Amino acid sequence: MKIVMAIIKPFKLEEVRDALTGIGIHGLTVTEVKGYGRQKGHTEIYRGAEYAVNFLPKLKIEVAVATDQVKKVIGAITGAAKTGQIGDGKIFVYTIDQAVRIRTGETDADAL
Amino acid sequence: MKFKNWVYAALPALLVATLAIAPAFAADAPKIDKGDTTWMMTATVLVLVMTIPGLALFYGGLVRSKNMLSMLTQVFYTECIVLLIWVLYGYSLTFTGGSGATADFIGGFSKAFLAGIAPDTPAATFSAGVAIPEGVYVMFQMTFAAITAALILGSVAERTKFSAIALFMPLWITFIYFPIAHMVWYWSGPDAIDAAAKVLAAATDAGAKAKAQEALDAVLADGGYLFKAGAIDFAGGTVVHINSGIAGMVGCLIVGKRIGFGRDNMPPHSLTMTMIGCCLLWFGWFGFNAGSNLEAAGGAVVAFLNTFIATAACAMSWMFVEWIVKGKPSMLGAVSGAVAGLVAVTPASGFAGPMGALVLGLVAGVICFFFCTTVKNTFKYDDALDVFGVHCIGGIVGALGTGILVNPALGGTGVFDYTIGKAADYDMAAQMISQLKAVGITLLWSGIGSAILWKVVDIIVGLRPAAEKEREGLDISDHGERAYNM
Repeated sequence: MKIVMAIIKPFKLEEVRDALTGIGIHGLTVTEVKGYGRQKGHTEIYRGAEYAVNFLPKLKIEVAVATDQVKKVIGAITGAAKTGQIGDGKIFVYTIDQAVRIRTGETDADAL
Repeated sequence: MKFKNWVYAALPALLVATLAIAPAFAADAPKIDKGDTTWMMTATVLVLVMTIPGLALFYGGLVRSKNMLSMLTQVFYTECIVLLIWVLYGYSLTFTGGSGATADFIGGFSKAFLAGIAPDTPAATFSAGVAIPEGVYVMFQMTFAAITAALILGSVAERTKFSAIALFMPLWITFIYFPIAHMVWYWSGPDAIDAAAKVLAAATDAGAKAKAQEALDAVLADGGYLFKAGAIDFAGGTVVHINSGIAGMVGCLIVGKRIGFGRDNMPPHSLTMTMIGCCLLWFGWFGFNAGSNLEAAGGAVVAFLNTFIATAACAMSWMFVEWIVKGKPSMLGAVSGAVAGLVAVTPASGFAGPMGALVLGLVAGVICFFFCTTVKNTFKYDDALDVFGVHCIGGIVGALGTGILVNPALGGTGVFDYTIGKAADYDMAAQMISQLKAVGITLLWSGIGSAILWKVVDIIVGLRPAAEKEREGLDISDHGERAYNM
Protein backbone atom coordinates (compact mmCIF):
# COMPACT_ATOMS: atom_id res chain seq x y z
CA MET A 1 0.00 0.00 0.00
CA LYS A 2 1.19 3.45 -0.84
CA ILE A 3 0.15 7.05 -0.30
CA VAL A 4 0.47 9.21 -3.36
CA MET A 5 0.81 12.77 -2.11
CA ALA A 6 0.69 15.58 -4.63
CA ILE A 7 1.11 19.35 -4.26
CA ILE A 8 -0.91 21.02 -7.01
CA LYS A 9 -2.15 24.39 -8.12
CA PRO A 10 -5.45 25.15 -6.35
CA PHE A 11 -7.48 25.67 -9.51
CA LYS A 12 -6.51 22.18 -10.79
CA LEU A 13 -8.34 20.32 -8.02
CA GLU A 14 -11.52 19.50 -9.92
CA GLU A 15 -9.62 18.24 -12.99
CA VAL A 16 -7.46 16.01 -10.80
CA ARG A 17 -10.49 14.67 -8.99
CA ASP A 18 -12.21 13.89 -12.30
CA ALA A 19 -9.10 12.10 -13.61
CA LEU A 20 -8.79 9.99 -10.45
CA THR A 21 -12.47 9.10 -10.49
CA GLY A 22 -11.97 8.11 -14.12
CA ILE A 23 -9.42 5.44 -13.16
CA GLY A 24 -11.55 4.11 -10.33
CA ILE A 25 -10.10 5.96 -7.36
CA HIS A 26 -12.95 6.95 -5.06
CA GLY A 27 -11.62 9.00 -2.17
CA LEU A 28 -8.89 11.46 -1.48
CA THR A 29 -7.95 14.01 1.18
CA VAL A 30 -7.30 17.67 0.37
CA THR A 31 -5.44 20.17 2.55
CA GLU A 32 -4.80 23.86 1.91
CA VAL A 33 -1.09 24.46 2.26
CA LYS A 34 1.51 27.12 1.51
CA GLY A 35 4.98 26.61 0.20
CA TYR A 36 7.65 27.62 -2.21
CA GLY A 37 9.76 25.90 -4.82
CA ARG A 38 11.11 27.17 -8.09
CA GLN A 39 8.09 29.37 -8.60
CA LYS A 40 8.89 32.75 -7.13
CA GLY A 41 6.43 34.60 -4.91
CA HIS A 42 5.12 38.06 -5.56
CA THR A 43 5.24 41.51 -4.03
CA GLU A 44 2.26 43.09 -2.30
CA ILE A 45 2.16 46.85 -1.76
CA TYR A 46 0.05 48.49 0.94
CA ARG A 47 0.65 52.24 0.70
CA GLY A 48 4.34 52.56 1.53
CA ALA A 49 4.82 49.01 2.81
CA GLU A 50 6.07 46.45 0.30
CA TYR A 51 5.91 42.82 1.34
CA ALA A 52 7.53 39.90 -0.49
CA VAL A 53 5.08 37.01 -0.35
CA ASN A 54 7.29 33.95 -0.76
CA PHE A 55 4.87 31.26 0.30
CA LEU A 56 2.22 30.60 -2.28
CA PRO A 57 -1.09 28.86 -1.67
CA LYS A 58 -1.23 25.28 -2.96
CA LEU A 59 -3.37 22.23 -2.37
CA LYS A 60 -2.02 19.00 -1.00
CA ILE A 61 -3.93 15.88 -2.05
CA GLU A 62 -3.36 12.47 -0.56
CA VAL A 63 -4.57 9.22 -2.09
CA ALA A 64 -4.05 5.82 -0.46
CA VAL A 65 -3.90 3.00 -3.04
CA ALA A 66 -2.65 -0.51 -3.56
CA THR A 67 0.96 -0.60 -4.72
CA ASP A 68 0.09 -1.82 -8.23
CA GLN A 69 -2.12 1.23 -8.83
CA VAL A 70 0.54 3.83 -8.05
CA LYS A 71 1.72 4.28 -11.63
CA LYS A 72 -1.82 4.82 -12.90
CA VAL A 73 -2.56 7.35 -10.17
CA ILE A 74 0.62 9.29 -10.87
CA GLY A 75 -0.29 9.32 -14.55
CA ALA A 76 -3.78 10.63 -13.84
CA ILE A 77 -2.57 13.39 -11.50
CA THR A 78 0.25 14.43 -13.80
CA GLY A 79 -2.04 14.55 -16.80
CA ALA A 80 -4.68 16.62 -15.05
CA ALA A 81 -2.53 19.01 -13.01
CA LYS A 82 0.02 19.92 -15.64
CA THR A 83 -0.01 23.41 -17.16
CA GLY A 84 3.62 23.40 -18.30
CA GLN A 85 4.39 26.45 -16.18
CA ILE A 86 6.71 26.64 -13.19
CA GLY A 87 4.70 25.96 -10.04
CA ASP A 88 2.66 22.97 -11.24
CA GLY A 89 3.73 21.08 -8.13
CA LYS A 90 5.28 17.76 -7.16
CA ILE A 91 4.25 14.19 -6.38
CA PHE A 92 5.70 12.09 -3.57
CA VAL A 93 4.96 8.42 -2.92
CA TYR A 94 5.49 6.69 0.38
CA THR A 95 4.69 3.41 2.01
CA ILE A 96 1.82 2.75 4.41
CA ASP A 97 2.44 0.34 7.28
CA GLN A 98 -1.17 -0.24 8.13
CA ALA A 99 -4.70 0.85 7.19
CA VAL A 100 -7.96 0.50 9.15
CA ARG A 101 -11.53 1.45 8.16
CA ILE A 102 -12.99 2.88 11.36
CA ARG A 103 -16.63 1.93 10.71
CA THR A 104 -16.07 -1.78 10.03
CA GLY A 105 -12.67 -2.51 11.44
CA GLU A 106 -11.49 -3.84 8.03
CA THR A 107 -7.74 -3.64 7.61
CA ASP A 108 -5.12 -3.01 4.92
CA ALA A 109 -6.22 -3.67 1.31
CA ASP A 110 -9.85 -4.09 2.36
CA ALA A 111 -9.76 -0.75 4.10
CA LEU A 112 -8.61 1.23 1.05
CA MET B 1 -21.42 81.88 5.52
CA LYS B 2 -24.35 83.96 4.57
CA PHE B 3 -24.03 87.37 3.06
CA LYS B 4 -26.46 89.73 4.62
CA ASN B 5 -25.94 92.68 2.40
CA TRP B 6 -29.63 93.53 2.47
CA VAL B 7 -29.27 94.62 6.06
CA TYR B 8 -26.71 97.18 5.03
CA ALA B 9 -28.62 98.33 2.01
CA ALA B 10 -31.42 99.25 4.36
CA LEU B 11 -29.10 100.68 6.97
CA PRO B 12 -29.28 104.39 6.13
CA ALA B 13 -33.06 104.39 6.44
CA LEU B 14 -32.88 102.48 9.69
CA LEU B 15 -30.28 104.86 11.01
CA VAL B 16 -32.45 107.88 10.46
CA ALA B 17 -35.36 106.19 12.15
CA THR B 18 -33.47 104.95 15.17
CA LEU B 19 -30.74 107.46 15.78
CA ALA B 20 -32.00 108.24 19.22
CA ILE B 21 -32.51 104.66 20.31
CA ALA B 22 -29.50 102.95 18.72
CA PRO B 23 -29.07 100.29 21.44
CA ALA B 24 -32.43 98.85 20.38
CA PHE B 25 -30.56 97.04 17.60
CA ALA B 26 -29.01 94.73 20.12
CA ALA B 27 -32.30 93.74 21.64
CA ASP B 28 -33.54 91.60 18.73
CA ALA B 29 -33.44 87.99 19.81
CA PRO B 30 -31.94 85.69 17.16
CA LYS B 31 -34.48 83.39 15.56
CA ILE B 32 -34.25 79.60 15.75
CA ASP B 33 -35.28 77.95 12.50
CA LYS B 34 -36.76 74.44 12.40
CA GLY B 35 -35.00 73.60 9.14
CA ASP B 36 -31.60 74.56 10.54
CA THR B 37 -32.27 72.56 13.69
CA THR B 38 -33.26 69.49 11.68
CA TRP B 39 -30.18 69.73 9.51
CA MET B 40 -27.86 70.10 12.49
CA MET B 41 -29.33 67.08 14.28
CA THR B 42 -28.86 65.11 11.06
CA ALA B 43 -25.31 66.38 10.62
CA THR B 44 -24.53 65.37 14.19
CA VAL B 45 -25.40 61.71 13.66
CA LEU B 46 -23.55 61.79 10.34
CA VAL B 47 -20.38 62.75 12.20
CA LEU B 48 -21.07 59.99 14.74
CA VAL B 49 -21.20 57.49 11.87
CA MET B 50 -17.80 58.72 10.69
CA THR B 51 -16.21 57.43 13.90
CA ILE B 52 -18.38 54.42 14.69
CA PRO B 53 -18.40 52.39 12.61
CA GLY B 54 -16.65 54.36 9.81
CA LEU B 55 -13.22 55.06 11.24
CA ALA B 56 -13.30 51.87 13.34
CA LEU B 57 -13.76 49.74 10.20
CA PHE B 58 -11.35 51.80 8.12
CA TYR B 59 -8.64 51.28 10.73
CA GLY B 60 -9.78 47.78 11.72
CA GLY B 61 -9.43 46.45 8.20
CA LEU B 62 -5.85 47.73 8.05
CA VAL B 63 -4.57 45.89 11.12
CA ARG B 64 -3.80 42.19 11.40
CA SER B 65 -6.74 40.00 12.40
CA LYS B 66 -5.28 39.41 15.88
CA ASN B 67 -5.66 43.13 16.66
CA MET B 68 -9.04 43.77 15.05
CA LEU B 69 -11.06 43.95 18.26
CA SER B 70 -8.36 46.02 19.92
CA MET B 71 -8.80 48.64 17.20
CA LEU B 72 -12.60 48.52 17.33
CA THR B 73 -12.67 48.69 21.12
CA GLN B 74 -10.24 51.60 21.31
CA VAL B 75 -12.28 53.62 18.82
CA PHE B 76 -15.57 52.81 20.54
CA TYR B 77 -14.12 53.62 23.95
CA THR B 78 -12.78 56.94 22.68
CA GLU B 79 -16.15 57.96 21.25
CA CYS B 80 -17.92 57.22 24.53
CA ILE B 81 -15.40 58.67 26.97
CA VAL B 82 -14.95 61.89 24.99
CA LEU B 83 -18.71 62.27 24.75
CA LEU B 84 -19.02 62.09 28.52
CA ILE B 85 -16.13 64.48 29.18
CA TRP B 86 -17.61 66.87 26.64
CA VAL B 87 -20.89 67.22 28.52
CA LEU B 88 -19.16 67.37 31.92
CA TYR B 89 -16.72 70.20 31.17
CA GLY B 90 -15.40 69.96 27.62
CA TYR B 91 -18.06 72.08 25.96
CA SER B 92 -17.67 74.73 28.61
CA LEU B 93 -13.88 74.87 28.35
CA THR B 94 -14.09 75.09 24.57
CA PHE B 95 -17.04 77.37 23.93
CA THR B 96 -17.20 79.86 26.77
CA GLY B 97 -15.19 83.05 27.04
CA GLY B 98 -12.80 82.22 29.82
CA SER B 99 -11.16 84.91 31.87
CA GLY B 100 -7.95 86.85 32.35
CA ALA B 101 -4.72 86.09 30.55
CA THR B 102 -5.79 82.58 29.51
CA ALA B 103 -9.06 83.65 27.89
CA ASP B 104 -7.52 83.52 24.41
CA PHE B 105 -6.49 79.91 24.93
CA ILE B 106 -9.15 78.20 27.03
CA GLY B 107 -12.69 78.88 28.19
CA GLY B 108 -14.14 78.65 31.66
CA PHE B 109 -16.45 76.41 33.64
CA SER B 110 -19.59 78.54 33.41
CA LYS B 111 -21.35 75.91 31.28
CA ALA B 112 -19.87 72.84 33.00
CA PHE B 113 -22.43 70.04 33.29
CA LEU B 114 -24.24 71.93 30.50
CA ALA B 115 -25.45 74.44 33.04
CA GLY B 116 -27.97 76.91 31.73
CA ILE B 117 -28.58 75.17 28.41
CA ALA B 118 -32.35 74.94 28.09
CA PRO B 119 -34.21 73.43 25.10
CA ASP B 120 -34.68 76.85 23.53
CA THR B 121 -31.35 78.45 24.46
CA PRO B 122 -29.98 79.95 21.25
CA ALA B 123 -26.45 79.40 19.96
CA ALA B 124 -24.98 81.71 17.33
CA THR B 125 -24.53 80.65 13.72
CA PHE B 126 -22.57 82.61 11.13
CA SER B 127 -25.49 84.87 10.31
CA ALA B 128 -26.67 87.70 12.50
CA GLY B 129 -30.21 87.10 13.68
CA VAL B 130 -30.11 83.34 13.02
CA ALA B 131 -29.57 80.84 15.83
CA ILE B 132 -29.78 77.12 16.45
CA PRO B 133 -30.64 75.52 19.79
CA GLU B 134 -27.48 75.41 21.88
CA GLY B 135 -28.17 71.75 22.66
CA VAL B 136 -27.65 70.73 19.05
CA TYR B 137 -24.47 72.81 18.89
CA VAL B 138 -23.21 70.97 21.98
CA MET B 139 -23.88 67.59 20.35
CA PHE B 140 -22.49 68.55 16.94
CA GLN B 141 -19.22 69.78 18.43
CA MET B 142 -19.10 66.75 20.72
CA THR B 143 -18.84 64.40 17.76
CA PHE B 144 -15.92 66.47 16.44
CA ALA B 145 -14.01 66.10 19.68
CA ALA B 146 -14.59 62.35 19.62
CA ILE B 147 -13.40 61.71 16.07
CA THR B 148 -10.33 63.88 16.55
CA ALA B 149 -9.21 61.82 19.51
CA ALA B 150 -10.05 58.55 17.76
CA LEU B 151 -7.96 59.45 14.70
CA ILE B 152 -4.80 59.28 16.84
CA LEU B 153 -5.35 55.56 17.45
CA GLY B 154 -4.17 54.63 13.96
CA SER B 155 -0.61 55.78 14.64
CA VAL B 156 -0.07 53.57 17.68
CA ALA B 157 -2.20 50.65 16.51
CA GLU B 158 -1.34 47.01 17.22
CA ARG B 159 1.07 47.64 20.11
CA THR B 160 -0.46 49.99 22.66
CA LYS B 161 -2.19 48.61 25.75
CA PHE B 162 -5.85 49.38 26.20
CA SER B 163 -5.19 50.73 29.69
CA ALA B 164 -2.74 53.23 28.20
CA ILE B 165 -5.33 54.40 25.67
CA ALA B 166 -7.96 54.55 28.42
CA LEU B 167 -5.81 57.02 30.34
CA PHE B 168 -4.39 58.93 27.39
CA MET B 169 -7.70 59.91 25.82
CA PRO B 170 -9.21 61.88 28.73
CA LEU B 171 -5.88 63.67 29.25
CA TRP B 172 -5.41 64.47 25.58
CA ILE B 173 -8.90 65.75 24.98
CA THR B 174 -8.62 68.00 28.04
CA PHE B 175 -5.15 69.45 27.60
CA ILE B 176 -4.80 69.47 23.82
CA TYR B 177 -8.14 69.39 22.04
CA PHE B 178 -10.17 71.80 24.14
CA PRO B 179 -7.56 74.59 24.05
CA ILE B 180 -6.97 74.29 20.30
CA ALA B 181 -10.68 74.14 19.49
CA HIS B 182 -11.17 77.18 21.73
CA MET B 183 -8.33 79.08 20.05
CA VAL B 184 -9.64 78.42 16.54
CA TRP B 185 -13.42 78.32 16.88
CA TYR B 186 -14.50 80.34 19.89
CA TRP B 187 -15.88 83.78 19.10
CA SER B 188 -18.60 86.02 20.42
CA GLY B 189 -20.83 85.35 17.42
CA PRO B 190 -22.22 87.53 14.66
CA ASP B 191 -25.07 89.05 16.63
CA ALA B 192 -22.84 90.68 19.22
CA ILE B 193 -20.48 92.04 16.58
CA ASP B 194 -23.33 93.12 14.37
CA ALA B 195 -25.06 94.97 17.19
CA ALA B 196 -21.87 96.66 18.37
CA ALA B 197 -20.99 97.67 14.81
CA LYS B 198 -24.40 99.20 14.32
CA VAL B 199 -24.11 101.19 17.51
CA LEU B 200 -20.77 102.49 16.29
CA ALA B 201 -22.22 103.40 12.90
CA ALA B 202 -25.07 105.19 14.59
CA ALA B 203 -22.87 107.17 16.95
CA THR B 204 -22.82 110.85 16.07
CA ASP B 205 -20.54 112.76 18.40
CA ALA B 206 -16.91 111.91 19.16
CA GLY B 207 -17.61 110.77 22.71
CA ALA B 208 -20.28 108.30 21.66
CA LYS B 209 -18.08 107.08 18.79
CA ALA B 210 -15.17 106.37 21.12
CA LYS B 211 -17.43 104.57 23.53
CA ALA B 212 -19.03 102.51 20.78
CA GLN B 213 -15.61 101.67 19.33
CA GLU B 214 -14.53 100.52 22.75
CA ALA B 215 -17.60 98.31 23.03
CA LEU B 216 -16.97 96.82 19.57
CA ASP B 217 -13.33 96.17 20.43
CA ALA B 218 -14.42 94.38 23.59
CA VAL B 219 -16.77 92.17 21.57
CA LEU B 220 -14.06 91.44 19.00
CA ALA B 221 -11.58 90.66 21.77
CA ASP B 222 -13.90 87.94 23.07
CA GLY B 223 -12.59 85.12 20.93
CA GLY B 224 -9.94 82.43 20.61
CA TYR B 225 -6.36 83.40 19.89
CA LEU B 226 -6.20 81.99 16.37
CA PHE B 227 -9.70 83.14 15.49
CA LYS B 228 -8.67 86.68 16.30
CA ALA B 229 -5.46 86.21 14.34
CA GLY B 230 -7.66 85.82 11.27
CA ALA B 231 -7.01 82.14 10.64
CA ILE B 232 -9.90 80.50 8.81
CA ASP B 233 -10.72 76.83 9.29
CA PHE B 234 -14.21 75.90 8.16
CA ALA B 235 -14.59 72.42 9.60
CA GLY B 236 -11.36 71.57 11.37
CA GLY B 237 -8.19 71.24 9.29
CA THR B 238 -6.11 72.49 12.20
CA VAL B 239 -8.33 71.55 15.13
CA VAL B 240 -9.09 68.03 13.95
CA HIS B 241 -6.53 66.83 11.43
CA ILE B 242 -3.23 68.58 12.09
CA ASN B 243 -3.96 68.23 15.79
CA SER B 244 -4.60 64.46 15.73
CA GLY B 245 -1.98 63.83 13.05
CA ILE B 246 0.91 65.31 15.02
CA ALA B 247 -0.34 63.75 18.28
CA GLY B 248 -0.26 60.39 16.49
CA MET B 249 3.21 61.05 15.09
CA VAL B 250 4.79 61.79 18.47
CA GLY B 251 2.80 58.85 19.83
CA CYS B 252 4.25 56.37 17.35
CA LEU B 253 7.76 57.64 18.12
CA ILE B 254 7.31 57.38 21.90
CA VAL B 255 5.39 54.09 21.89
CA GLY B 256 7.95 52.63 19.50
CA LYS B 257 7.77 50.30 16.54
CA ARG B 258 5.66 47.17 16.44
CA ILE B 259 7.63 43.98 17.06
CA GLY B 260 8.80 42.76 13.67
CA PHE B 261 8.28 46.12 11.92
CA GLY B 262 10.33 46.16 8.74
CA ARG B 263 11.02 42.41 8.99
CA ASP B 264 7.67 40.63 9.17
CA ASN B 265 4.88 41.00 6.68
CA MET B 266 2.04 43.00 8.25
CA PRO B 267 -0.58 43.18 5.53
CA PRO B 268 -4.06 44.54 6.26
CA HIS B 269 -6.38 41.72 7.27
CA SER B 270 -9.46 42.98 5.43
CA LEU B 271 -9.35 45.70 2.83
CA THR B 272 -13.03 44.98 2.28
CA MET B 273 -13.75 46.50 5.68
CA THR B 274 -11.37 49.35 4.97
CA MET B 275 -13.39 50.11 1.85
CA ILE B 276 -16.65 50.07 3.82
CA GLY B 277 -15.08 52.25 6.50
CA CYS B 278 -13.82 54.76 3.94
CA CYS B 279 -17.26 55.02 2.36
CA LEU B 280 -18.89 55.59 5.76
CA LEU B 281 -16.28 58.28 6.45
CA TRP B 282 -17.12 60.00 3.18
CA PHE B 283 -20.85 59.65 3.88
CA GLY B 284 -20.53 61.10 7.37
CA TRP B 285 -18.15 63.83 6.25
CA PHE B 286 -21.05 65.63 4.58
CA GLY B 287 -22.36 66.23 8.10
CA PHE B 288 -18.89 67.23 9.24
CA ASN B 289 -18.24 69.80 6.51
CA ALA B 290 -21.69 70.97 5.44
CA GLY B 291 -22.89 70.83 9.05
CA SER B 292 -20.10 73.22 9.99
CA ASN B 293 -22.09 75.91 8.22
CA LEU B 294 -24.55 75.60 11.15
CA GLU B 295 -27.44 76.55 8.85
CA ALA B 296 -29.20 74.64 6.08
CA ALA B 297 -28.33 77.37 3.60
CA GLY B 298 -26.17 78.12 0.58
CA GLY B 299 -22.97 77.89 2.55
CA ALA B 300 -23.79 74.33 3.51
CA VAL B 301 -24.34 73.50 -0.14
CA VAL B 302 -20.93 74.94 -1.03
CA ALA B 303 -19.31 72.70 1.59
CA PHE B 304 -21.38 69.71 0.47
CA LEU B 305 -20.35 70.13 -3.15
CA ASN B 306 -16.69 70.59 -2.27
CA THR B 307 -16.82 67.45 -0.13
CA PHE B 308 -17.76 65.50 -3.26
CA ILE B 309 -15.29 67.12 -5.61
CA ALA B 310 -12.08 67.26 -3.58
CA THR B 311 -12.56 63.68 -2.36
CA ALA B 312 -12.96 62.21 -5.82
CA ALA B 313 -10.10 64.32 -7.18
CA CYS B 314 -7.75 63.20 -4.42
CA ALA B 315 -8.72 59.53 -4.80
CA MET B 316 -7.93 59.71 -8.51
CA SER B 317 -4.76 61.66 -7.90
CA TRP B 318 -3.41 59.11 -5.39
CA MET B 319 -4.47 56.15 -7.53
CA PHE B 320 -2.86 57.38 -10.74
CA VAL B 321 0.33 58.53 -9.03
CA GLU B 322 0.59 55.11 -7.42
CA TRP B 323 -0.07 53.44 -10.76
CA ILE B 324 2.78 55.43 -12.31
CA VAL B 325 5.24 55.10 -9.42
CA LYS B 326 4.51 51.60 -8.08
CA GLY B 327 3.15 49.94 -11.21
CA LYS B 328 -0.36 49.11 -10.00
CA PRO B 329 -3.46 51.14 -9.12
CA SER B 330 -4.58 49.82 -5.75
CA MET B 331 -7.92 49.86 -3.95
CA LEU B 332 -6.15 50.91 -0.75
CA GLY B 333 -4.53 53.74 -2.70
CA ALA B 334 -7.89 54.96 -3.98
CA VAL B 335 -9.55 54.94 -0.56
CA SER B 336 -6.49 56.46 1.12
CA GLY B 337 -6.67 59.22 -1.45
CA ALA B 338 -10.36 59.71 -0.74
CA VAL B 339 -9.67 60.17 2.97
CA ALA B 340 -6.75 62.51 2.25
CA GLY B 341 -9.06 64.55 0.02
CA LEU B 342 -11.68 64.74 2.74
CA VAL B 343 -9.03 65.91 5.17
CA ALA B 344 -7.63 68.53 2.81
CA VAL B 345 -11.01 69.97 1.90
CA THR B 346 -12.19 70.14 5.53
CA PRO B 347 -10.80 73.62 6.31
CA ALA B 348 -11.57 74.83 2.78
CA SER B 349 -15.00 73.29 2.32
CA GLY B 350 -17.05 76.41 2.99
CA PHE B 351 -14.54 78.86 1.53
CA ALA B 352 -13.26 77.41 -1.75
CA GLY B 353 -15.05 77.35 -5.06
CA PRO B 354 -15.75 73.99 -6.72
CA MET B 355 -12.76 74.17 -9.08
CA GLY B 356 -10.57 75.28 -6.20
CA ALA B 357 -11.64 72.15 -4.33
CA LEU B 358 -10.79 70.04 -7.37
CA VAL B 359 -7.26 71.43 -7.55
CA LEU B 360 -6.85 71.08 -3.78
CA GLY B 361 -7.80 67.39 -4.01
CA LEU B 362 -5.37 66.71 -6.86
CA VAL B 363 -2.49 68.39 -5.02
CA ALA B 364 -3.25 66.70 -1.68
CA GLY B 365 -3.23 63.25 -3.33
CA VAL B 366 0.30 63.66 -4.61
CA ILE B 367 1.71 65.17 -1.41
CA CYS B 368 0.05 62.67 0.96
CA PHE B 369 1.14 59.76 -1.23
CA PHE B 370 4.71 61.06 -1.08
CA PHE B 371 4.60 61.28 2.73
CA CYS B 372 3.02 57.84 3.20
CA THR B 373 5.57 56.16 0.94
CA THR B 374 8.89 57.93 0.39
CA VAL B 375 9.09 59.99 3.56
CA LYS B 376 7.84 57.21 5.83
CA ASN B 377 10.21 54.67 4.32
CA THR B 378 13.15 57.07 4.52
CA PHE B 379 12.74 57.83 8.21
CA LYS B 380 11.33 54.39 9.13
CA TYR B 381 8.85 55.54 11.77
CA ASP B 382 6.03 53.10 12.48
CA ASP B 383 3.00 55.33 12.00
CA ALA B 384 1.03 52.12 11.56
CA LEU B 385 -2.03 53.42 9.71
CA ASP B 386 -0.54 56.67 8.32
CA VAL B 387 -2.31 59.16 10.54
CA PHE B 388 0.56 61.61 10.08
CA GLY B 389 0.86 61.18 6.31
CA VAL B 390 -2.87 61.48 5.67
CA HIS B 391 -4.26 63.67 8.46
CA CYS B 392 -1.40 65.93 9.53
CA ILE B 393 0.01 66.47 6.05
CA GLY B 394 -3.42 66.54 4.40
CA GLY B 395 -4.54 68.99 7.08
CA ILE B 396 -1.56 71.27 6.44
CA VAL B 397 -2.16 71.17 2.68
CA GLY B 398 -5.80 72.02 3.35
CA ALA B 399 -5.13 74.76 5.88
CA LEU B 400 -2.65 76.53 3.63
CA GLY B 401 -4.73 75.81 0.53
CA THR B 402 -7.71 77.42 2.23
CA GLY B 403 -5.77 80.66 2.57
CA ILE B 404 -5.27 80.69 -1.21
CA LEU B 405 -8.60 79.28 -2.39
CA VAL B 406 -10.77 81.58 -0.29
CA ASN B 407 -9.71 84.31 -2.73
CA PRO B 408 -12.84 85.47 -4.59
CA ALA B 409 -10.71 85.78 -7.74
CA LEU B 410 -10.23 81.99 -7.59
CA GLY B 411 -13.92 81.29 -7.02
CA GLY B 412 -13.69 81.43 -3.23
CA THR B 413 -16.18 83.10 -0.94
CA GLY B 414 -13.81 85.62 0.60
CA VAL B 415 -13.63 86.15 4.35
CA PHE B 416 -16.75 87.71 5.78
CA ASP B 417 -16.09 90.73 7.96
CA TYR B 418 -18.93 91.13 10.42
CA THR B 419 -17.92 94.65 11.40
CA ILE B 420 -18.56 95.91 7.88
CA GLY B 421 -21.16 93.30 6.93
CA LYS B 422 -19.50 92.02 3.77
CA ALA B 423 -16.50 90.06 2.54
CA ALA B 424 -13.28 91.81 3.43
CA ASP B 425 -10.77 92.65 0.70
CA TYR B 426 -8.63 89.59 0.10
CA ASP B 427 -5.03 90.01 1.13
CA MET B 428 -3.10 86.87 0.27
CA ALA B 429 0.00 87.64 2.31
CA ALA B 430 -1.97 88.50 5.45
CA GLN B 431 -4.23 85.47 5.06
CA MET B 432 -1.31 83.08 4.52
CA ILE B 433 0.49 84.46 7.57
CA SER B 434 -2.65 83.79 9.63
CA GLN B 435 -2.94 80.29 8.21
CA LEU B 436 0.74 79.53 8.87
CA LYS B 437 0.34 80.80 12.40
CA ALA B 438 -2.59 78.44 12.98
CA VAL B 439 -0.68 75.49 11.50
CA GLY B 440 2.46 76.29 13.49
CA ILE B 441 0.72 76.78 16.82
CA THR B 442 -1.31 73.60 16.38
CA LEU B 443 1.82 71.60 15.54
CA LEU B 444 3.69 72.99 18.53
CA TRP B 445 0.88 72.82 21.08
CA SER B 446 -0.26 69.35 20.09
CA GLY B 447 3.20 68.01 19.26
CA ILE B 448 4.83 69.04 22.53
CA GLY B 449 1.73 68.61 24.69
CA SER B 450 0.94 65.16 23.33
CA ALA B 451 4.53 64.03 23.79
CA ILE B 452 4.31 65.00 27.46
CA LEU B 453 1.00 63.17 27.85
CA TRP B 454 2.29 59.98 26.18
CA LYS B 455 5.23 60.07 28.61
CA VAL B 456 2.95 60.63 31.60
CA VAL B 457 0.82 57.65 30.57
CA ASP B 458 3.95 55.56 30.10
CA ILE B 459 5.04 56.36 33.66
CA ILE B 460 1.64 55.68 35.22
CA VAL B 461 0.39 52.55 33.43
CA GLY B 462 2.98 51.77 30.74
CA LEU B 463 2.35 52.02 27.02
CA ARG B 464 3.39 48.60 25.72
CA PRO B 465 2.19 45.12 26.55
CA ALA B 466 4.73 42.37 27.23
CA ALA B 467 6.36 41.15 24.02
CA GLU B 468 4.61 37.78 24.08
CA LYS B 469 1.26 39.48 24.55
CA GLU B 470 1.90 41.76 21.60
CA ARG B 471 2.83 38.72 19.50
CA GLU B 472 -0.28 36.88 20.58
CA GLY B 473 -2.38 39.91 19.62
CA LEU B 474 -4.15 42.55 21.67
CA ASP B 475 -7.58 40.97 21.06
CA ILE B 476 -6.72 38.08 23.34
CA SER B 477 -4.28 39.80 25.70
CA ASP B 478 -6.30 42.99 26.28
CA HIS B 479 -9.88 41.91 25.74
CA GLY B 480 -10.00 38.12 26.09
CA GLU B 481 -11.91 37.65 22.84
CA ARG B 482 -11.24 37.10 19.16
CA ALA B 483 -12.73 38.94 16.19
CA TYR B 484 -13.17 35.82 14.14
CA ASN B 485 -13.99 32.32 15.35
CA MET B 486 -14.00 30.28 12.18
